Amino acid sequence: MYRNSIELPGLMPSNQYKFIASRSLTIQLICILCAVSGNSLAAPPSCSASAHVVQVASGVYVRPGHPAVVFEGQEIANIGFVVGDRCVAVVDTGASHAEGQALDCAIREVTDRPVCYVLNTHVHPDHILGNLAFRRPGVEFVGHEKLPRALALRGDVYLQRATAYEGRALDESIFVFPERTVTGLVQLDIGGRLLTLRAHRTAHTDHDLSVVDEKTKTAFLGDLVFLEHLPVIDGSISSWISELEAMSGESLENAVPGHGPVQAPWPLAADPTLRYLIGLRDNVRVWIANGGDLASAQASIDRPDSGEWLLVDRYHRRNVGAAYAELEWED
Amino acid sequence: MMKISHTKAIATLLVVAGPLLSLLPEPGQATTVEEDMVWTGGLRQAYFGDRPITQSDELIALEAPIRAEDAAIVPVSISAQIPQTDEHHIQTIYLFIDKNPGPLIGKFHFTPKSGRADLAFRVRVNAYSPIRAIAETNDGKLYMSRRFIKATGGCSAPAGSDLDAAMARLGKIKLKTNGVSPVAEPLATQLMISHPNLSGMQMDQVTQLYAPAHFVRHVKVSFEGEEVFSAETGFGISENPSFSFYFVPESEGQLSAEVTDTNDLHFTQTLQVVPAASQDLVQN
Repeated sequence: MYRNSIELPGLMPSNQYKFIASRSLTIQLICILCAVSGNSLAAPPSCSASAHVVQVASGVYVRPGHPAVVFEGQEIANIGFVVGDRCVAVVDTGASHAEGQALDCAIREVTDRPVCYVLNTHVHPDHILGNLAFRRPGVEFVGHEKLPRALALRGDVYLQRATAYEGRALDESIFVFPERTVTGLVQLDIGGRLLTLRAHRTAHTDHDLSVVDEKTKTAFLGDLVFLEHLPVIDGSISSWISELEAMSGESLENAVPGHGPVQAPWPLAADPTLRYLIGLRDNVRVWIANGGDLASAQASIDRPDSGEWLLVDRYHRRNVGAAYAELEWED
Repeated sequence: MMKISHTKAIATLLVVAGPLLSLLPEPGQATTVEEDMVWTGGLRQAYFGDRPITQSDELIALEAPIRAEDAAIVPVSISAQIPQTDEHHIQTIYLFIDKNPGPLIGKFHFTPKSGRADLAFRVRVNAYSPIRAIAETNDGKLYMSRRFIKATGGCSAPAGSDLDAAMARLGKIKLKTNGVSPVAEPLATQLMISHPNLSGMQMDQVTQLYAPAHFVRHVKVSFEGEEVFSAETGFGISENPSFSFYFVPESEGQLSAEVTDTNDLHFTQTLQVVPAASQDLVQN
């Protein structure tokens, strides 16, 4: 009934954003190695270190992340993969090439099926900078229709910071742009299981993509949902709240949040994020209505309970600023 | 007017010098002399030549966070320590962020009608950098208030988090006064402009995708036809520029704002101001 990839109207090649760096030499080398070893084309060149992964549902694996500020730590986000009868879909790739390689190796230990998709939930470096490890024939990169623009706009800042953090020379090849972009809903068949990809309206960012494994009703929500790690607003606080509220009625077995435990029941998983965002929105609205400025809002608006959240010092005042800059335009 | 050629030359200098600057010790360990290399090494000369500049917070005091929470929206404010009188007043305040690609963030002009040459707005900060406000009084003297700002960049989009929303609302202006002041007392006023303020410099890697520079370059606010505040601005001003300032309403009258961007788009807004009469303020 389904072909490998069901092309709903929203799924289109994004030739417009095709990355122009030449990777042909690397690809040739990989192919030579493959030919010599007799492995499939998709095999990674070497596996010195595998990521620790947890099976959260049948055929669904998550590499746990540890809350930290981007470019101040490693293995920050929850990333993972889904194993189909035909191939493997990777959901986010980690904060560096090394993290991507370690995830690739962990996949090799679980299955001999090749990786066929890398699905990027959004642009943030802790989720996307492992992409390069999967750039090889047979792997297709997929993201929200607005992901290419976000990556292009932020690329130079991320490159500077990644270079400083890793302490070695990097170039723009660390960015792998999606070859296909998603508008609305798209389903992919990885053999015996369907993945539903949804391009969300502006929420955590303006290009969040979620992935639901229909077989186990497990949802990779990217940073639409935070646990433990204080939510970070880089899209729209109002629209994020309404998107989460709209999603709460969905029947999902499990949610994999972008940060925090590797799985949580749905819709309970969204509650802490919603509670924080709604409280912040209401406080900032009152502040603006009373004529308080942005700087005073950042200095004064109550911090959330640090028993519930990590990284409050690093992100709360920033969130106040982002919320203020958005909500001052409400009518 | 801004000296475009100077700005470009300095921007080029910064691009070349950027990698070297990043080798400097962490600010905090760096001395002020090291931090001020961009300023002393050309910026000061380009804008002020050999004119003496008094470094002191006695005339104006600049307030900026020590660490920017979000490098794309850093609130800064300048408070004047003298009243604006016909005899003695601040005419212009320059704001510089030395290590930004366009170090001159804006020139802000005041008149005796401003009442107080106070100003608050938000800037983009590209790197750890000195930030300096320089006030020019009507007798031609220059005073500088300097701070140092740690901006860690991070995940923010330099062009804002929701570009489509910003573009859809392009040119919308809110003009509001904060409460009601007695006649002839300075009235706190805020001008908000919905504009992406694109620098045009964000994307080198993807040749096919390039948002050209598009930012607010001129702002003028008048009360009953008389200018009370104006500014020439660059892309160092954050998305959706917001300026808070004062003016003195001598009577009921119309406050009007005129905004021009680099595409020569013009946007206007007016507000009827009724001081002291405790009437509601009406926004057109």
